[in-house]
Amino acid sequence: MKREEIIEKLKTIVKPYVNNQEAYENMNESSDFIKDLGVNSANLVDIVLDVEEQFNIVIDNPEMERMLDVKTAIDIIEVKTE
Amino acid sequence: MNRRVVITGLGVVAPNGVGLNAFTHAIKNGISGIRHDAQLHNLQFSCQIVGKPQISEELKLNYFSELELRGFNSTGILYGVIAGIDAWKDAGLTIENNVDPDWDSGVIFGSGTSGIDKFRESIYKIDELQTRRLGSTVVAQTMNSGISAYLGGKLGLGNQVTTNSSACTTGTESILMAYERIKNGQANRILAGSTSDSGPYIWAGFDAMRVCTFKHNESPEQGSRPMSASASGFVPGSGAGAIVLEDLESALQRGVRIYGEVLGGNINSGGQRGSGTMTAPNSVAVQRCIKEAIKNAGITSNDIDTINGHLTATAKDSLEIANWREALNRNGLDFPYINSLKSMTGHCLSAAGSIESVAAILQLYHGFIFPNINCEDLHPEIEGSTDRLKIPTKLINTEVNIIAKASFGFGDVNACVIFKKFDE
Repeated sequence: MKREEIIEKLKTIVKPYVNNQEAYENMNESSDFIKDLGVNSANLVDIVLDVEEQFNIVIDNPEMERMLDVKTAIDIIEVKTE
Repeated sequence: MNRRVVITGLGVVAPNGVGLNAFTHAIKNGISGIRHDAQLHNLQFSCQIVGKPQISEELKLNYFSELELRGFNSTGILYGVIAGIDAWKDAGLTIENNVDPDWDSGVIFGSGTSGIDKFRESIYKIDELQTRRLGSTVVAQTMNSGISAYLGGKLGLGNQVTTNSSACTTGTESILMAYERIKNGQANRILAGSTSDSGPYIWAGFDAMRVCTFKHNESPEQGSRPMSASASGFVPGSGAGAIVLEDLESALQRGVRIYGEVLGGNINSGGQRGSGTMTAPNSVAVQRCIKEAIKNAGITSNDIDTINGHLTATAKDSLEIANWREALNRNGLDFPYINSLKSMTGHCLSAAGSIESVAAILQLYHGFIFPNINCEDLHPEIEGSTDRLKIPTKLINTEVNIIAKASFGFGDVNACVIFKKFDE
C-alpha cells in the first residue's frame, strides 16, 4: 500500500483519540502521537488494535513499542501490507 | 475542628426517575419503576422483574465523550457519572479546567462491583486467547473505584477520591464518611453517593438465594411490597444517588441553596454474633446503631419526624420495625412516620442508601412524606404495634424537620444518618 494511502487511513483511525485538533489538521509523517497530537498514552494500544483491524495485519509487542509517531507507524504498516 | 456540614447538591438516577424533577414527581405520586425484564425471562430467572433506570443514548452524550463511550460497558459508572455530575451542577458548582485540581473537594462514591458486563466480555476474550485485544479501558471500567476515578477526573478534584463498599449499606456509609471528613476540616466539599450495576450477572446471586420475589412476573408494579403481609422477597434494582456535602461556611460564602444539614450518624457491625450472620442482622447492633446515631446528632428519639427505612420486602421487615420501636422507645401512634422507597424502585443494592437519602432530603426540603405503595395489607406483626396512620399510603404534605435514614447490609453491617431541615 502507498504511504499516502496509509496516512489517509491512519488519520481516520487516530481522529477519536486526538486532543490537539490543530496538530491533527496538520498531521504528517513527523507527528508524534503523544507529544504532538495529544493522544493519551493508554490509548496507543487502542490505536494499534484499530490499525490491525483496518489493515488486516498483526502488530507484535516490539513493533507496538516503536509505534510512537506517524512515520514509524507507516513504516510498519507499509511492510506488512506489501 | 467541628464544622457544620450541609447538603448543597443532589443528583439521582433511579428506576422510577432519572434526574431530580422526574424522581421528585415519581416519589410524590407513588410511581413504580419496576418492569418485566425480557433478558431475565430468557435466562430463566425465578424473579423476572427489576427496577432499572431508563437512559437514552442521547442522554449519555451529555456526560461522556464519544471516545469514552467506545467499548464502554459499565452501567454502574454510567449511572454514577450522571448522578454525580448532576449533583455537582445542582450545587451551583462548575467544571473547571485548571492546571491544579480543586484541592479542597473530593469524591467518596461507593459501589458493590464495577462494570460487571465489561468484566464478562473480557473473560470471554481472555479465554479465547485474545487478551492482547482487550483494549485500554478494562481496568478503569472494572476496578471497584472506577466510579470515583471517573468522577474525580471529570470534575478535577484534588482531595480524597475513593470508593467505599459495604453491601447495601454502601450509600449511607459514603455520606457519613464524607460528613466526617468535612466536619474534621480535611475537606470543604465532598461529592458523596453510590452506584450499582444492572443486569443478570449482578442479580443472579440473589435469585439463586431465593430472596427475590417470583410471584409477580406478570404484575411487576405490585412486586415490591415492603411491610406487606403478602411481601414475598425483594425486587432487584440498580441506579445511583449523589449528594454534595459542604462545610456550612463555604456554602454560605457561595450563597447557594441549602437542602438540609447532616447532624450526625453512626456506622457499626453486629460482628455476625448473636442473631447476626453473613445475611441476617444482629438486632442488638441495629438498635445500637440507631441509638448511637441519635446521640451523635445531639437530638432525642422524640425529635425524629419520619424514618426512611431499609425495608426491602422480605420477611425481615417486621424485625426492622421492631428494632426501630425498641431503639426509639416509641410505639403505636407515637411512632414516627416511616416509608420505604423500595416499594417504587426495588432494592438498588449498593445504590440503595444514596438514592433513598436523596428521597429523604427532598422530603425535608420540599416538606412532604412520600407514600408507601403495595402495603395496603400491612403485615400483622407491624400493624400490632405501629399505628397504620404512621405508614402512609398517600402523599402527606407536611413540614419535616428531622429524618432518620438507615441502611443494613450483608456482612451484618449497619449505618444510620440523621438529616435536619437547615436552620442558621
